[in-house]
Order: sequence, then C-alpha cells, then structure tokens
Amino acid sequence: MLKNWINLSALWRIVVIGILAGAGLPALFAVGLRALSSDPRGGTLTDDDDRVVGGSPGGIAVAAVCFVVVLAAIGYGVYLIVKAS
Amino acid sequence: MGHDVSNDFVLVLVVITALAFDFTNGFHDTGNAMATSIATGALKPKVAVALSSVLNLVGAFLSLSVAATIASGLVQTKLVTLTVVFAGLAGGILWNLATWFLGIPSSSSHALIGGVVGSTLAAAGSHGVKWHGLVQKVIIPAGLSPLIAGGIAALGTFLVYRITRNVQGRARSHGFRLGQIGSASMVSLAHGTNDAQKTMGIITLALVANHTVPGGSKAPFWVILSCAVAISLGTYIGGWRVIRTLGKGLVEIDSPQGMAAESSSAAVILLSSHFGYSLSTTHVATGSILGSGVGRAGAQVRWRVAGRMATAWLLTLPAAGTVGALSYYAAHGIGGSAGVLVMFVVVAAASAAFFVRSRKTKVTSHNVNDEWTGAPAAQPRVPVAA
Repeated sequence: MLKNWINLSALWRIVVIGILAGAGLPALFAVGLRALSSDPRGGTLTDDDDRVVGGSPGGIAVAAVCFVVVLAAIGYGVYLIVKAS
Repeated sequence: MGHDVSNDFVLVLVVITALAFDFTNGFHDTGNAMATSIATGALKPKVAVALSSVLNLVGAFLSLSVAATIASGLVQTKLVTLTVVFAGLAGGILWNLATWFLGIPSSSSHALIGGVVGSTLAAAGSHGVKWHGLVQKVIIPAGLSPLIAGGIAALGTFLVYRITRNVQGRARSHGFRLGQIGSASMVSLAHGTNDAQKTMGIITLALVANHTVPGGSKAPFWVILSCAVAISLGTYIGGWRVIRTLGKGLVEIDSPQGMAAESSSAAVILLSSHFGYSLSTTHVATGSILGSGVGRAGAQVRWRVAGRMATAWLLTLPAAGTVGALSYYAAHGIGGSAGVLVMFVVVAAASAAFFVRSRKTKVTSHNVNDEWTGAPAAQPRVPVAA
C-alpha cells in the first residue's frame, strides 16, 4: 500500500504550502520590485539607470505592502518553528 | 549497572568524533545556503559564510524536532553500542571528506545515516535496522524532495522573470540581490534547525548506549550547545569546493534565479522538518538550483554535472554504510577501548590526508567564482599582467 510508505497528507501540505511560500513569496517580492521601480508617468524605468525606486507614490505604496507581507510571512514561519519545539 | 571508566573514555572519543562530523557537515553544506548568493555577488564570499555561520548557530537552538527521529526511527536503539555509533560516524566523516574533496554536494545526512545503518548491520545483523523507517523516512523523501524543490523553484523563477520583465535590468539585479540576502539567510537558519539536530541525536544515542542518560532522553544542553558551535564553525570555514560546484557548476545563475531557488529550499526544508522528515538539505538545494535553471528561458543547465551529483547521491548511503561496517569490524576485531582508539587515529589520519591533498587544487574565497572549466577545483591561477 502506497500510504504505508508515503504520508500523503504531509506530502500534499508540503507541496501546497511549499508553492505558496517558496514560489509565491518571491513572486510577491517581484511584484513589489516592479511597483517600486514604476515611474510617476505610469511606466517603468527603462533607461540606463540603476535606481531601484522609480518615484511613483502609488508604486511605492504597493511595494511597501508587498514587502511587509513577505516579511510578515517569514516572521510567522520562524514563529511556528520556535513554537513547535 | 557497574560503572566502567574505559567506557567513559570511549564515550569521549565518540563525542569528539561526532562533533568532528558536525564540523564537516557545516562546511560541506555552506554552499546549500550561500552558493548562489556568492555566485551572483549578492554577498561577498567571506560575509556570506560568516552570516550563514551565525544563522546556523541560531537555527540549531530553534527547533529540536528532528533530533529524535534520526536515532530511534532508523535502528533498534537497544542494539546500539558505543562502538557502533563510533563506526557509523567514521563512515559519515570519510564519505563527507571524499565528496568534499571532489567538490560534490552530497548529503551529509545520508552519509551519517548510511554510516550508522552500516555499522548497526555489521554489529547486529539485518534485524538491527528498521528498514520500513529507513525507506519511509529517508529514502522516499530523498527521492521526492529534490523534485518538489526543483518544481517550486522553477515556478518561482518563471514568475519572477515574468513579473519583472519590464523592469530595467540593473534595477532588477540590484533588487533581487537584496532579496537573496534574506532568502539565503532563511536557508541557513533552516539548515541549522535541520542538520545540527542530527548530530545532537547521534550523541544522545551514544549517551543512552553508555547509560549516561536513560533511554528516551532529550539531548542535554551541553550537547545542543557543542553541536551548534561545531556546525557553525564548520560553516564559517566555508566548503569552497562545494560552493563552487553549486554556484558556478550547475547553472549560470542570476540574482532572480538565486532568490527563487533559495526561497524554495527554505520552504521545503522548514516544512519537511516540521513534519519530522530529516531530509537532506543538499538534495533540496541542488534540486532548487536546477529548477531555477529550468524555469528561466534560455538558461544553461549543465546536466552532466547534475548527473554526477545524482550518482554520488545514490552511492552515499551504501558507501558510507560500507565504511561504517568496515570500521565496526576493525574496531570490534581489535576489541574494547583500544579498537575504538585505533580507528579514531585512522580516521584522523585519513582526514589529514584529504586536507593535505586538497591544498594542491585549492579553492578559496578568492577563486570560488572563477569561470567554470568543467572541474570542481579551479585550475591554478595564471598571473595576468594587469
């Protein structure tokens, strides 16, 4: 029997939460980075400029929300590890 | 239970050997967390290993859930003697040093498990090993974890490139390099929570075998502290040979890929240890790095290097097991404390030999990022007139 060898309920949780945290958080970080670099005219930085901040207030706000969510998720993860032990 | 001074002597040798293993575990695995950050320039090599070292130390104190499984789930602990534990550690150390020398990121966990299973087999025969536990808790997770981590990293890489496709290149690299510092730190922390536990479990097993602590005990504080320090020091030494293979050998890696790979590794390692699977951080990290190459259109993935690693992974359990079994036969054949002492000297001498030989093709923080030439150890540098 497969279930004698693989704990399927643990497996699917590892996969699903793994996708949310392992791929979702970097994606959210990317959304933040994109928002942060958008310039006030609504486009994004395209010139030869290594500034990360584009200067659009809306973009900065969206970016802040994204980065806070990423940090909070990491903090919650560490909290769960500490609590479990 | 009569108290025997010679047993205490053997116990001291076993604890030293276990801490030595923990040290090799540290430098063998520095690359799992830091290789991509070093390769993309997110962190300077020395800063990367120092950061990883501190976070491993912290991580070792954070979680203690894996420590129990390693010993009790895999072998019949009541059949385990100090000589068995010692021989198992000898197998783990020698395999770790051999693969480090070749620059192959093989699993330290498998080296340790293989060694202990091998020496238990030699000492007690087949019934000493909990085969179902071994397959369920070690072998199946070892097969699945690189695939899961690789898939998540590939998805993450695809998403971050897709989302930031209009972001100017330099701004993007800069942003993701910052992100990488965070994600690599999480992998280091995860490594500490996961790998330091294994040596704690082994030393506790030895203490139980010597009746120093009763069966079913948790690791005493001095064990936790010394294991945390040993893995942290090993990490700080930096396994540059393995870092080089992971950072430069597998995939030409860019900072968005690095961040995606590390996020996937951290998530999979932490989730799995939460569910009590003592999986190999090396397998996860390697799977993630390969996935980050697959997820980016046009990225070069060196499947030959990956194939070499996979071969080493398949060999790790049986090879470390064989060395563990041979060490047991040798130590047991000589007998008593003298047997363990002789094998202790043999392992120390072999370790020194690996170290001396490695100086000929030295990989350091200075040449770790040199262009990949097909060999894990960099070619001697030809001075170029600048």
